Amino acid sequence: MQSSDFVRRIESPGGERRAGRSMHLDLSLLLILLALCVVGLLVLYSASGQNLFYVKRQALWMIVGFAIMITVAQFPVRFWERWSFLLYTLGLLSLLAVLLVGVGAKGAQRWLDLGFTRVQPSEFMKVAVPMMISSYLAKQYSPPTLRPVLAVFFLIIIPVLVVVRQPDLGTALLIFASGFYVIFLAGLRKRYLLGAALLALAAIPTLWVFVMRDYQKQRILTLLSPEDDKLGAGWNIIQSTTAIGSGGWSGKGWTLGTQSQLNFLPESHTDFIIAVLAEEFGLIGILMLSGLYALLVGRCLLIAMDSQSQFGRLIAGSLSLTFMTYVFVNMSMVSGMLPVVGVPLPLISYGGTAIVTLFLGFGILMAISTEPKRIRTDL
Amino acid sequence: MINDATFSDPARERRIFAGRLLLSFFVIIVVFIAVTARYFHLQVTRHQDFATHSDNNRVHVRPAPASRGLIYDRNGILLADNRPTYNLTVVIERTNDIDRLIATIESLIDISEDDTKSFKKRLKRRIPYEKTTLKFNLTEQERGILAVNGYLLAGVEVSARLTRFYPEGELFAHVIGYVGRINEQEIQRIDRAKYSGTDSIGKIGLESFYEAQLLGSVGTEQVESNARGRVMRILDNVDPVPGDNLTIHIDSRLQRVAYEAFKGERGALVAIDVNTGGVLAMISAPSYDPNLFVSGISQTQYSALLDSPARPLFDRSIRGQYPPGSTIKPMFGLIGLASNSISMDYAIDDPGYFIMEGIERPWRDHNSKLGGHGKGVRLARAIIESCDVFFYKMSIKTGIDLLSDYSKKFGLGQVTGIDIYGEQPGIMPSRIWKKTARGESWFNGDTINVSIGQGFMLTTPLQLGVMTARIASKGKMVKPQLVKSINGDPVIGIENTESIGIDAEHWAYIHQAMKAVVHSPRGTARRINRSINYTIAGKTGTAQVISIKAEEEYDSSKIDKSQWDHALFVAFAPVENPQIAIGLIVENGEHGSSAAAPIARLVMDAYMKSKAGSHQSTESEVLY
Repeated sequence: MQSSDFVRRIESPGGERRAGRSMHLDLSLLLILLALCVVGLLVLYSASGQNLFYVKRQALWMIVGFAIMITVAQFPVRFWERWSFLLYTLGLLSLLAVLLVGVGAKGAQRWLDLGFTRVQPSEFMKVAVPMMISSYLAKQYSPPTLRPVLAVFFLIIIPVLVVVRQPDLGTALLIFASGFYVIFLAGLRKRYLLGAALLALAAIPTLWVFVMRDYQKQRILTLLSPEDDKLGAGWNIIQSTTAIGSGGWSGKGWTLGTQSQLNFLPESHTDFIIAVLAEEFGLIGILMLSGLYALLVGRCLLIAMDSQSQFGRLIAGSLSLTFMTYVFVNMSMVSGMLPVVGVPLPLISYGGTAIVTLFLGFGILMAISTEPKRIRTDL
Repeated sequence: MINDATFSDPARERRIFAGRLLLSFFVIIVVFIAVTARYFHLQVTRHQDFATHSDNNRVHVRPAPASRGLIYDRNGILLADNRPTYNLTVVIERTNDIDRLIATIESLIDISEDDTKSFKKRLKRRIPYEKTTLKFNLTEQERGILAVNGYLLAGVEVSARLTRFYPEGELFAHVIGYVGRINEQEIQRIDRAKYSGTDSIGKIGLESFYEAQLLGSVGTEQVESNARGRVMRILDNVDPVPGDNLTIHIDSRLQRVAYEAFKGERGALVAIDVNTGGVLAMISAPSYDPNLFVSGISQTQYSALLDSPARPLFDRSIRGQYPPGSTIKPMFGLIGLASNSISMDYAIDDPGYFIMEGIERPWRDHNSKLGGHGKGVRLARAIIESCDVFFYKMSIKTGIDLLSDYSKKFGLGQVTGIDIYGEQPGIMPSRIWKKTARGESWFNGDTINVSIGQGFMLTTPLQLGVMTARIASKGKMVKPQLVKSINGDPVIGIENTESIGIDAEHWAYIHQAMKAVVHSPRGTARRINRSINYTIAGKTGTAQVISIKAEEEYDSSKIDKSQWDHALFVAFAPVENPQIAIGLIVENGEHGSSAAAPIARLVMDAYMKSKAGSHQSTESEVLY
């Protein structure tokens, strides 16, 4: 094994087995992403009431995203490892800026207005936080001891608390999850895991009483019994489950979903877009989308496994798991399994910052996937 | 930190990572299965429920109101119409602050407290996104003001709908009645599906009796609407079928003549076509404007009508029960003849009073000065001069049983079956009736009272009209009927083939006696024969409101007008070929001859003139 690796390394400098490696592109990842983007635009066209405005903007963001991904992939993994700290600090500063001068809607202050567009720094933190922690833990003994565990805890909890204050519970939980996945993959000991779990359980009543806003509590109560408030908070869940359920096996057909086209479905082009897909393409559509997601995450997990460095492994693994979390949380909340927390469906829901952030992450994954194989001395 | 890094063991790191990644992979698979199972549950297991719910969401069945049937008089004059009116409606879901909105509207147009109160009441019963009416019948000016200020009034809409309108107003209020908004009790008994397109229902009169025909059948529009309630497209529709149009026998010109003839007096008149039973005029005076009730009468207006001493809401023609007085004398005379209790030659002597054995109190003859009608009074004279004593004696000879039984054949003591609700039966007393109602036995004194239409006896003006028509037709048992045709198809009442079996000579005798009441110099109604070119047969009547003791004289100057006698008159014309029969009463009019008979003459004149007019026109048509 060792010798064959060595031979291949000698024979083909750069070590590419596939075309595009010289451009630092992971072709299979690229193709899956393209497929998801096409599906996303098709569903968005229908979900926005056949409004090309949204589709064009989303397509533009996707092009920007692909450009960012390719650009990011050109830099060596070590570069990102080195500059993680800076990205994290910048992200944290922009989060604080949101608190001070941010703009918002519906009682939440989440955006920074840059003049030409609005950005959502909390989205960016979903990448910056795992990068920071990966780069930190890569330098630590594995599994991490108590001191680095505590350090990581603070690195995570600071941005999380800021985002909770916006308030944006969904994003805060995802940022927390993305950081947690890193330390979990780095081998967080079972006793810490258990302790964290107990701490989380104990935190629930505290959160309920001191942290959570009324509307957030309402969402959880609504999940438990949507019928109590048919025209209020329960409306969303009732209408989205109706949309999903009425789709049946094969759906009502593209742009023919009555729930979404007649505006019964709320937020149909953003957080609840999967209900549109479920209504118009049925369970078959859901399974096909899930299949694409599974391929994507499978590819990402393989990249993580193949990574040459501990940083690469941790960040690739964490980003894959975070991506999967996105998908699961969104699909669960729209189908009434989880409370409605504002988590979009990655690559399908309308939203520029989310798209750019996702591609930023995939850019790093591509950089890892295409980094030159070093001689493996550890086998 | 840098020191820690020196401890890092790449192989160990990789192994730990691989283990954790594998664990994550299994978790992903489990969650994936769970989420997929959830979607499978929603989309396959419960698909039917959600598909139904989804359709219920978007598809609504909207009622398409049917226009209510119109009502015409016999000459095609419109008596009940549907006119577009404009109501101010609010869709509460599209407003922000309803109290502020109402305040804004109040600053623009006049909104009464009643309006706001009933609006709030209606709000409680509404379904989401339904228009709730705040004010009915907007004027053109108000509509203009609202249109100009539309930008201030989110959720406010002026909606047009057809509303009942009665062009003839008070003239037909008691006949046609009115429609009004469906109330709580009515909601319980109606088929709500049939009324989904309207909030009106016939309350009284023909509007109520012919409700089923007038209503029409509501159409449906299956519409697809979006979450805001806006209709996106019509999926299917069933056109509404308008209600049936009614044509009634009444001639509105005759009706107006009759109504105006009362000159503000209280009373009622019913004119019946002798041959068909069709009601030619039916008046209860005073009357009221039925249009007030259509879109909800205000409490003050309603109280004014209800508390008025003249009782305009009371339909005297079918509900008013009065002693018929002498108007029933021709009928009782006929009964006496028919039952062979008396003959045409039967004569009595009238000293001006009647004493029955064993009873101290004499019965007065109300219609004669001291000394009575004299000797040898026969039936004809008793009718012409209205001799009471003749009928006292005759009734004892005939007996209450025959009088009562025969009277029923003339329509007394029971409802006539006219086609509106609320008719009162009056009372035609009998032995059984007295036993049941009073628990007492019948005395001859009771018979004597009944013989001049007093005592227990009560009749409605309609019954008097029917009685007169049956006398005029010589026994044809006509039944009064208001509606002549429905959508042009004649309404044929119950075939009146049955006849009161009385000899022709008796009929002729009574007809001649009644003719003499008007046309002979001694007749009680002789004052109405001036310059008349046709013949009228009639009978006057006076009904006591308070009982006058035998020794006292009735003196109208000494008592309040509300206790004056009622004046009655029955008549038919022309005598040779009877066409029209009339029964009428003027409350507290004192004398049938002076207060009631002239009204009948006016109506008869109008009727005969219209007959002559139509004959002429037919002749001229023939000529060309």
